[in-house]
Amino acid sequence: MATDNTMKVNLKVWRQADSKAKGEFKLYENVETTPDTSFLETLDILNETLVEKGEEPIVFDHDCREGICGMCSLFINGHPHGPAQGATTCQLYMRRFKDGETITVEPWRSAAFPVIKDLMVNRNAFDQIQQAGGYVSFNCGGAQDANAIPISKVDADEAMDSATCIGCGACVAACKNGSAMLFVSAKVSQFALLPQGRVEAVKRVKSMVAKMDELGFGNCTNTRACEAECPKCISISNIARMNREFICAKFKD
Amino acid sequence: MWLIDSSIGRKVIMSVTGLFLVLFLIFHMSMNVTAIFSGETYNDICGFLGANWYALAGTMVLAAGVVLHIVFAFILSYRNYKARPIGYSTQKNQKEVELASQNMLVLGLIILLGLGLHLSHFWAKMQLPEILGTTPAYEGEFTNGAELIKITFSNLGICVGYIAWFFVIWFHLTHGIWSAFQSTGLDNKVWFPRLKMCANILSTIIFLGFTAVVVAGYLQSN
Repeated sequence: MATDNTMKVNLKVWRQADSKAKGEFKLYENVETTPDTSFLETLDILNETLVEKGEEPIVFDHDCREGICGMCSLFINGHPHGPAQGATTCQLYMRRFKDGETITVEPWRSAAFPVIKDLMVNRNAFDQIQQAGGYVSFNCGGAQDANAIPISKVDADEAMDSATCIGCGACVAACKNGSAMLFVSAKVSQFALLPQGRVEAVKRVKSMVAKMDELGFGNCTNTRACEAECPKCISISNIARMNREFICAKFKD
Repeated sequence: MWLIDSSIGRKVIMSVTGLFLVLFLIFHMSMNVTAIFSGETYNDICGFLGANWYALAGTMVLAAGVVLHIVFAFILSYRNYKARPIGYSTQKNQKEVELASQNMLVLGLIILLGLGLHLSHFWAKMQLPEILGTTPAYEGEFTNGAELIKITFSNLGICVGYIAWFFVIWFHLTHGIWSAFQSTGLDNKVWFPRLKMCANILSTIIFLGFTAVVVAGYLQSN
């Protein structure tokens, strides 16, 4: 039994040598950590012991470790980014788990996100969708006066909420259909809500949806699993907005 | 054609056909409820429909709606399956994720199975023989729908089966109705709870209306 300041967990981790390998779960027992240690730090601790033993460390994505970069992933105990809602894996602490608990860690599962190694998946599909239209084309020049284009507070706030999507892919991971609609709709909405983005709105939504379909993501069946698991709590009202934008754009053709 | 080629287009087809079928259910339920109060009125409505050209045209449009809804459900499900060829060893849902939304295809298949039985109980004994021009063995064999309701629902097992089927339809509709508005873009943060509430109320009215006819049919025949 661990002391008050420490805890031991068993980590059942998906190990896969490369994208073509079969892969399997490997159980690492009695990994010593503390309740105030983050989940990624616990993986770091485990990796140190593996390196000391001359074994391959577990490969997983991470970067800022403060919930803003969208790099960390991991499907932990049946939830993308773990059981906590509105938080990324790097914001997940071991106090969420029980002492002695066996924690299952898997990579995102999606045909569009192939496993590179162990828990690291290739999320380049999201970059491709962004490149298809997730931007505003401006001719550079002097910055406009702040109030030259009036925008209502409601629209500005909603556009900001949509723009908080960090593109981590938890929506795809959570959706039983592997749909990327929440991500794409957030990116479409953050522009569609602002006058600067309206100029290319029709072209944008058609291009981004076409790229999403081409890359093999599933269809949205409105289960709301994406919204429930999104670390940035992106609303499915964005999906309704994108549907509206797309249908109107197609009727204009 | 974007309605067929795009993921959103396919969902629009599911939504429009789904809402059309809901409208039919409301009509069907309202018509059936008259049988509780007056078998004669119910038979008059059946007679008005019968095998007339407008009823046949309506039946064909309805059948097309059902077929489209089912075909696109399978197309979407197949694409969804392909989008995640390898599943998770453990997947749990947050409380916001409703059971119906996760099982629409299974619920739909149960509804389809029940529909087959339902058609054999009623449509095959009323409109179909009229279409085929079969000579009735006795007066009102194909037109006395009120009597057919009593005969069919005199069996308790059939009654229980029908009510279970209505429950599956209710479950399917609680998700399907609001989901159709979401898929066609007619939803937002303000309307989402309202649409969900409307979906629950409408589904429940449809369930209660159909169930009342079954219960009344059983009570009147026993």
